[in-house]
Order: sequence, then C-alpha cells, then structure tokens
Amino acid sequence: MKSEKSQREKTFSPGALTRLEEIKKKYPDKRAALMPALYIAQDEFGWLRPEALKAVAQYLELPEMTVRSTATFYSIYKHEQAGRNMVRLCTNVSCMVLGASTLKGTLKTLYGLAPGGTSPDGRFQLEIGECIGACDRGPAMLVNDDLHTELDTKKLIQVLESYK
Amino acid sequence: MTRYLIPDACIRDIGEYEKTGGYQGLEKALSMEPGQVVEEVKKSGLRGRGGAGFPTGMKWMFAAGDPKFPKYIVCNADEGEPGTFKDKALLKNNPHILIEGMAIAAHALKAETGYVYLRAEYPKEKEILEAALAQAHEKGFLGENIMGSGARLDIQVHRGAGAYICGEETALIDSLEGKRGQPRLKPPFPVNAGLWGKPTVVNNVETFANLPFIMRAGAQEYMKIGAPDCPGNKLFSVSGHVEKPGVYELPMGITLKDIIYDHAGGIKNGKALKAVIPGGVSAPVLPPDKIDCPMDFVSVQKWGSMLGSGGVIVFDEDTCMVQVAHRALQFFEHESCGKCTPCREGTGWLRAILERLETRQGREGDIRLLEDVSRNIAGNTFCPLGDGAAMVVLGFLKHFKEEFSEHIENGCPYGRTGKRPDRPAPVQ
Ligand SMILES: Cc1cc2nc3c(=O)[nH]c(=O)nc-3n(C[C@H](O)[C@H](O)[C@H](O)COP(=O)(O)O)c2cc1C
Ligand code: FES
Repeated sequence: MKSEKSQREKTFSPGALTRLEEIKKKYPDKRAALMPALYIAQDEFGWLRPEALKAVAQYLELPEMTVRSTATFYSIYKHEQAGRNMVRLCTNVSCMVLGASTLKGTLKTLYGLAPGGTSPDGRFQLEIGECIGACDRGPAMLVNDDLHTELDTKKLIQVLESYK
Repeated sequence: MTRYLIPDACIRDIGEYEKTGGYQGLEKALSMEPGQVVEEVKKSGLRGRGGAGFPTGMKWMFAAGDPKFPKYIVCNADEGEPGTFKDKALLKNNPHILIEGMAIAAHALKAETGYVYLRAEYPKEKEILEAALAQAHEKGFLGENIMGSGARLDIQVHRGAGAYICGEETALIDSLEGKRGQPRLKPPFPVNAGLWGKPTVVNNVETFANLPFIMRAGAQEYMKIGAPDCPGNKLFSVSGHVEKPGVYELPMGITLKDIIYDHAGGIKNGKALKAVIPGGVSAPVLPPDKIDCPMDFVSVQKWGSMLGSGGVIVFDEDTCMVQVAHRALQFFEHESCGKCTPCREGTGWLRAILERLETRQGREGDIRLLEDVSRNIAGNTFCPLGDGAAMVVLGFLKHFKEEFSEHIENGCPYGRTGKRPDRPAPVQ
C-alpha cells in the first residue's frame, strides 16, 4: 500500500532493505529473520501477495515453500487484500459476558462486516479475535495497533468513525 | 504486605527504577559465581509463572549442567491465555524489572543472548520494552562488560503473529526459528536442545520479574512471602462480573474468595456468584462453594482446577454455562495447531456438540458424548492444549450438568427468560 512503485518492481525499497539488514543481525540463523521479514514485506506490498513472499524468499535465500509454510501458519499476517483498517474484536469469554456478541451484530448491520470479511467500501476488515489482554476493560478491540476498550454500541460507532 | 512486582505508579524511566532499588539485584548476582545464583534461586523455591509452576532453579540447573554452548534465555511474553493480562501490566508499568531479571538469569546460565517472544497484540508494550532496553544498554546493564563484570548480554524482541500455541515453549522455539509454531516431541527438553539445538531456558515474564527481589532480599526473605510450597507474590488478572477488574499483586495462597470480594470489589451490581474460572480459560470452572480455595499451584489442583496463568474470570448468576463452554471450545478448536489428531479432531467435535446445545438442537446422549470425547482427548495429545480443552468440558459437566441437560430438553433457560441480550429467545 505504501507505494505503487515497489509493487510493480516486486522488490524491497532501500528503507525496507535497511530494516531487513538490521533484523538479520539479531539471529545467528537467517531463517529466524523470516517472521519479522514477513511483517516488513506486508508493509511494503500491502499484504502477503505472492510477490511479497517471493521477495522474502529471495532476500533470505530460502525456498519459497518454506516462506509460504511459515506465513500461512500465523493469523495476524494479512493473507489477502485487506481493508484499510484491520478491526480485531475480541469475543472471548471475559469480553463475551460483558456483551461483545452484541457488537458483532452491530458491525454486521451498520458496516456490512462479517467475520473475516471486508466492508463494501474497503474501509474495514473484521477479524473475530481471541483474547487481546484487555479483559479487565472489555469488550475490547484492536483497530490496527490501537486498543479500544469498554465498548458499547455507541462507543464502537464513535471509534470506527475516527478511522477513514 | 510487600509488593515488589508492580509499583504504585508506572516506572519506565531507568533512573526512577534505580531509585527504588532497581538493578541492585543484578549487581548482587554479578558479585556471585553463576553456580551460586542458580543455587540461590533453587533455594528460594520460585516456581514458574507461565502456567505449570515448574521449579525455576531446577530448570536452570538442567540447562547450566549441559556442556553445550552458547546457551540462550527466552522470555515467554506470548500471554495468550484468555482472561490473562498480567504480563502486559508488567511490561507496561515496570519494563526494567523484566530486563533486570533476564540479565540475572543470563549471568547464572552464562548466556549472552536473550529473546523476548512478545505477542503481536501488544504493539504498544513492544515500544515501551524497546525503549527500556535502549536505556539499559546506555547505562551499561546490557551489552559488553555489564557493570564492569566482563559479562555480556544482548536482548532482542521477537514479535509473534497471533498463534496461541506459540505460548507453549517448544512451539515458541520453533516459531522463533522462523518455522510454523508447532510443539516438539519431548524429550529432548529445551534445557538441553532448544533454540538451534542449544540449551535454552524459557521463562515467563512474571518469573523473570521475581528474580531481582530474590537476589536483593535473598532466598530466605523471599520464602517468607506466600504459601510454603509456592513462595512469593502472584499477579492475578481478574475479569468478568466483578466491580473492580484489574491486575492484583497478592501473596500466593490467598483465597479465591479474598481476591474476588476483598480486592476486586465483589460481584458486579450486587448479583450472586455463579462460577469462577481460577486460572485462565484452560482451567476447569469452580462453583461458589469452592471459593475458599487457596490460590497456589499445589492447592488449586487439589480443589479440582489449576492455577494456570492466574487469570480469574468471574461469572454472575445470569451467565449461561453452556455459552461459556461453547466459546471456550471455539477458542481451542481455532488454536489447535493441527499436529495431533485427538486435539485437532476432538476440539472440533466438542465445539460442534456444544453448538447443538446452544442452538437448541441438542440430542439425547449428547452429554455422554461430550464426556466420552473429552476422555479420549485427555492424556492422548502431543501438548497440554488438548488436555486443557478436555478438562474444561469435564469441569463444566461436573458442576453444571443439569444446566446442560436443560439445554437439551428445553433450550437455554437464559435465552428463554430474555436475560441474555446477545441471543434471541428461541421461538416457542
Ligand atoms: C498451549 C499452551 C500455551 C501456553 N502459553 C503460555 C504463555 O502464553 N505464556 C507463558 O509464559 N507460558 C505459556 N505456556 C507454558 C510454557 O510452555 C512454559 O511452560 C513456560 O513458558 C515456562 O515458563 P515458566 O517456567 O517461567 O513458567 C503455555 C503452555 C501451553 C501448553
Ligand atoms: S477476553 Fe477479551 S480481551 Fe481478554
């Protein structure tokens, strides 16, 4: 998403390459740099599109299948063209008993968001998530990297309206 | 009561931390031989806070005794157990205590590299920790020649990517190595063959955070706190239907009742207690007549559950136990890594049966089936995730079987009376 250019060229930008070099130094084995490299790749390519996986494989000199095998195990990575803002609503037990399921309904009716889906305007993507460690202030959700807590329908709408 | 884990006011600045005695535990440790530090931790009786309560000194002894080098220390900050948020509180409010603890461990084990495996859902805490690490480097508590002792240590933060199973230590190690996070068959244990086949000690955030106090005050003083066979303070994450949810630092062995009523302010809105999960969603539920249970690794097991992560989830009288059990099993099914059949298939079966009960399609014999499937999972899985799922179902059935039968016969009693706002009442 960052730049159209890097997508077309299908390689990493100089900035990303610097970050990658730094990361490789953290581990005695280059394969260990794979998870952080995937984060960088999705920043660069918008999501883990095939070109992104290929670029990671080339950079770390790993078989593409190895890269794919690791990437697909983890749910946080963007495996598909994602909405602009990632909404992770926790519906685990502590949040559920405080009313998280109602919020799930609100997302569906108001934003056309079904679990795993993207809103028709591409503004949001919804993951029904597991516990995000904010159970004392549930129901809780993450929008991108921001934590929002003590949600009710009104607050949920208010919060989402602040993301474009 | 001494509190030494989480200060009253958040301390992120290294200078502030030093003013409260910070890094004195490390100084003390560096003045001792590595073997003496291991011995002191063994003497303290510290048990790991990651869930299983394994004696930390013993784990270290195994790793220290292995002739292979380099050795690695890993901090498990994956905190994925639903209902648990105490490691996050530590990282946010007292990040240097973790760094000091890891530096003490590194000296004891002669390790020069440490990793913090931090869950992806804690991006803000990652920033806080990285800022603290930079300060510690600058002040010479990390890096080369730590405090003039000749010891060296680097700590790297490794961000997870949303898999609960990566909290299991061998899955965590595979994940750190850049692989799919699936548990390894043990033995060999990580203390002999962990990261890149080298001796590796994996400890929880809170375990490391106990070390500065143990070093500073000595094992003798430490053992005066908490329960006889489980010394020290414990962080309890309290959530659900209580007036004052939050993280509480209390001595091991305090009763569940005191946690709920004296510290967390009792049940929300003056309602009655129906049930409580004492140690995160993977711990079997306890009914109200068991809240005199002392909260330490040994006692909770005797009372029919487990201390686990110390995530106390409280349910009031209007909570449907089938709904809770169903949500818990959705979690286990989703988080099963798929490596072994009893867990992969069994958690799906349990979830599906509970879903029938939830949607008023329960069949006669479903309760027996739940018990049967659970018993076939328990003891037959690769790692404790599957056992956890089975024990959770059996726990609900042990104490709330009637409620499950009622769901099969007449549907959800709470749905019918309109008490559950998030599910429409079934059509009569
Ligand atoms: C499914 C599963 C999930 C786990 N999740 C965590 C976790 O999130 N954090 C943690 O510290 N330990 C977790 N553990 C326990 C670890 O395997 C390991 O025992 C622990 O990190 C050891 O640290 P300790 O000795 O300091 O307790 C988990 C275990 C299992 C089986
Ligand atoms: S259960 Fe929702 S944040 Fe923990």
